[in-house]
Amino acid sequence: MAASNQPARVVVIGGGLAGLASTMKLAELGATVDLISLTPVKRSHSVCAQGGINSCNDQTRQLGDAEWNHLDDTVYGGDFLNHQPPVKEMAMWAPKVIELMDRLGVPFNRTEEGFIDRRRFGGTLFKRTAFAGATTGQQLLYALDEQVRRCESEGSVRKFEFWDFLGPIQDETGRCRGAVAQNLTTMEIRAFPADAVVVATGGCGLIYGRSTMSVFCTGSAASRCFQAGAKYGNAEFIQVHPTAIPGADKLRLMSESARGEGGRVWVPRKAHDPREPKQIPDSERYYFLEERYPEYGNLVPRDIATREIFDICVNEGLSVESDRMCVYLDLTHIPRHELDRKLGGILEIYEKFQGVDPRDEPMKIFPAVHYSMGGLWADYVKSADGGLEAGAPRNHMTNIEGLYAMGECDYHYHGANRLGANSLLSCIFTGLFTGSSIVNYAASQTSGADDVPESLLASAVQAQQERHDHLLHGNKDSDENPYLIHQELGDLMTRVATVVRKNDQLSEAMGKIDELHERAMRVNLADTGAWTNQNVVFAKALQDMFPVAKALLKGALQRDECRGAHFKPDFIKPPLTSEDPTERRRQAEAWCDAFQANNEKYLKSTIATWNAETNQPDLTYEDVDTSLIPPRPRLYGLVGAEAIEEVWNERAAATAADDDTNRYADSH
Amino acid sequence: MTAPETSIKNRPQFINVRVLRQDEPGAKSYWELHKIKYEREMNVISVLQRIAAQATTVDGKKVTPVAWDCGCLEEVCGSCTMVINGRVRQSCSALVDRLLADNPDEIVLEPMTKFPVVRDLMVDRARLFRSLKRIQGWVPVDSYYNLGPGERIPREDQERNYPLSQCMSCGCCLDACPQYQKIELTQNEGESDEEFEQRQNAEFDEAFIGAAAISQAMLFNNHPTGKALAAERLEALSGPGGITTCGNAQNCVAVCPKEIPLTRSIARTGRATTLHAIKKWFER
Ligand SMILES: Cc1cc2nc3c(=O)[nH]c(=O)nc-3n(C[C@H](O)[C@H](O)[C@H](O)COP(=O)(O)OP(=O)(O)OC[C@H]3O[C@@H](n4cnc5c(N)ncnc54)[C@H](O)[C@@H]3O)c2cc1C
Ligand code: SF4
Ligand code: SF4
Ligand code: FES
Repeated sequence: MAASNQPARVVVIGGGLAGLASTMKLAELGATVDLISLTPVKRSHSVCAQGGINSCNDQTRQLGDAEWNHLDDTVYGGDFLNHQPPVKEMAMWAPKVIELMDRLGVPFNRTEEGFIDRRRFGGTLFKRTAFAGATTGQQLLYALDEQVRRCESEGSVRKFEFWDFLGPIQDETGRCRGAVAQNLTTMEIRAFPADAVVVATGGCGLIYGRSTMSVFCTGSAASRCFQAGAKYGNAEFIQVHPTAIPGADKLRLMSESARGEGGRVWVPRKAHDPREPKQIPDSERYYFLEERYPEYGNLVPRDIATREIFDICVNEGLSVESDRMCVYLDLTHIPRHELDRKLGGILEIYEKFQGVDPRDEPMKIFPAVHYSMGGLWADYVKSADGGLEAGAPRNHMTNIEGLYAMGECDYHYHGANRLGANSLLSCIFTGLFTGSSIVNYAASQTSGADDVPESLLASAVQAQQERHDHLLHGNKDSDENPYLIHQELGDLMTRVATVVRKNDQLSEAMGKIDELHERAMRVNLADTGAWTNQNVVFAKALQDMFPVAKALLKGALQRDECRGAHFKPDFIKPPLTSEDPTERRRQAEAWCDAFQANNEKYLKSTIATWNAETNQPDLTYEDVDTSLIPPRPRLYGLVGAEAIEEVWNERAAATAADDDTNRYADSH
Repeated sequence: MTAPETSIKNRPQFINVRVLRQDEPGAKSYWELHKIKYEREMNVISVLQRIAAQATTVDGKKVTPVAWDCGCLEEVCGSCTMVINGRVRQSCSALVDRLLADNPDEIVLEPMTKFPVVRDLMVDRARLFRSLKRIQGWVPVDSYYNLGPGERIPREDQERNYPLSQCMSCGCCLDACPQYQKIELTQNEGESDEEFEQRQNAEFDEAFIGAAAISQAMLFNNHPTGKALAAERLEALSGPGGITTCGNAQNCVAVCPKEIPLTRSIARTGRATTLHAIKKWFER
């Protein structure tokens, strides 16, 4: 048992920033940890993050910033779909997280005097973002990786790298008692009994075929928990980045600074014009952002740039290439030396992977799936001051007792849209913060890792072995190929569930995806061997993409509104049309009424549970805790914004008094 | 630079890919020829993806997909190292057009040579991670509680450390090093996994540690808290398989995809270990 006289035994799945922070903190608190990962943890997807990590800091404070403003920016950016207590706690911890990472040796960029340098990122007016060159994620991950290696050599952590998590082990009460995983080399399937299990397995970009994410980001681990009964929240919220480099294998991020430094976006007016771009005269080029948004030009915000590029290629059929969607991002009009000085690093990325010099030829770019805001539902306990109760066992526990979720695979912190440089923060914060919660949970149990019935472990392994064997030998007559089905799935999801969402397309896709799912269950593998069989591992991941993809589509279909990254043109809130002051005021009132009515209906987390009988997700809706900062409309660029804001502020002032009385009353 | 896209004007219809395969550790390796359709802007990863999807050789024989390792696909995770047309490098940044410009007939893929093959192009690089323990590659902080900021760090120190800190443990530098010899042990009958690992680690710890870990030792010795373990690190690098094994061939620095100044780290280590030895002698 895990009584308080014995160290807690925890299994952590995933060694990205969240999993490593969790492992390190648990080890410090006396737990022993089995750390399971698909890849050596040092190679986790977190290495890809370039930009930075946010916190309020001494400089911003003197300009009026505070943790509260960081909270505000985060929930405003998330269109108020974030539960606010966890965000508040995260914002409060952010400066401490950065100080700790600094002590661990992260080579943050420095000012002349040797202080940590900061830059400004989207969604805020303050320079909150600390960064380490163009590889902040890599540097943060390495610092944690090093500490976990230290724990490992001290004996508190055992690593199981090249292992695939197959599912949680649950006893008859439903409580999680460990995990089943498979060795990717020997293909051995083994049970790992535990007092508690942490899932920190990152995002699910591979559901879209190609994205800006690593190949490990299949979402399979979260899906396996979902299929075991864990709730999945806000699946439909997927962030798309406007400018990525479309590659045959991956869509690589192209920093927005390329537009910031004068890059012009265009397509040939004639569809798929076969001429080299430089041969196309100005009059035959369509600078569509400049034409459609004369005021902002190429500097329109992220979501608008994304939608317009998508519209040009999908609806107007003006993609530069006929067999692939892309537009030109052109820097060739800027002198070389200027480009080298301002954009050197990122232009090298393009050159390295495309083999083309963007100083000579326009870059080809297209939006790409970048981040999953949704994920496993996780609980929290709200504290008296509106943050989280430190050490409360329920913090970040899923609805499966003893199973915790954190990092990109949970549904917290980012609401309907993630602010840049907030994800690295949420991952590390959660890992650190929940250490004491998990240890306290383990200590409060009367039974634990040591007394999980043998039969329970054996049957969990048995079930996975059957699945494995069936995949190898069960579909001899089928000619379904997992790689090709993955391509079809990716194409479908990319077409209907990225930038612009339409109900007819979504409904149609739901039928198609059922069919693909069935086909995926019948794949016939080219490799039926028992040694390093990547074929079967991929096939399992592919099958497990479907439950999440279905939750995503259904969530998107049922959400008839625009919120954050979820955009449905049929449900745009219209701008004000009247110039007459009284009529304009009336329109603004009506606009605010409609906004409020819409929030009544849709300011809710979508919660999916997997129904194994129907092979479909069932959806319910959960109220969002907005007790700290009342929701307000996001009016960026809308005609009539001032009038609406005026009405809104009056209403907000009127309700503020009521709110104050019951702000901290209810607990989540 | 002229763009390779224009330099190979006649795009081929197909690409020949010759792969050195091996079914399992200790098994005999064999060559297999694959032919895939040429597409623009391919890299070796997408070539291997096509091979996995078709799983058929050039003569129509059904085969298992080639096993290989990859992750980030943007040259920052270190997974995808292999020997491509005779040179050790990351496969995600190996562009097909460039490879074909050098050799239009075929692309040749082989596993790394200094690490045991697990299967096909997958190798076991446990030794590389072991070497990071050997040099205690971490900052020995007191705790993971919030205890305020770290020491101020001059910009020059950050600029010196940052390049070293980009080492992604890919092992290119080790594969190219003439002093780094392959160690391949097999688990004995009746030997537990733990016992085997111990025996293997003991062997690793005697053998040449390689440029990557030497450079990491310099990284941590140049950190205000990290240098608390400086003497231990220098001690580890003074022993067998340490800095004296390096023959200064400089192959390592030539192949490092992150352009880490490895020879500079090696030179610094050489000086530091000498000083360390003298200091020890005086303290006797
Ligand atoms: C190109 C790019 C740039 C970004 N830049 C920034 C930025 O500047 N700032 C910012 O804040 N955020 C950024 N992000 C987002 C951020 O990088 C990620 O959200 C974050 O790193 C996720 O960390 P994680 O710990 O949750 O998961 P990951 O780092 O994805 O780690 C997941 C872990 O789980 C393991 N795993 C997964 N499935 C299984 C399984 N079935 N079995 C066993 N193990 C499994 C993996 O091996 C891995 O160890 C960026 C993202 C991308 C794609
Ligand atoms: S300089 Fe030393 S480490 Fe580098 S290749 Fe030569 S012998 Fe190996
Ligand atoms: S030093 Fe360079 S070549 Fe060697 S492991 Fe590190 S990144 Fe790879
Ligand atoms: S896949 Fe990460 S370095 Fe090539």
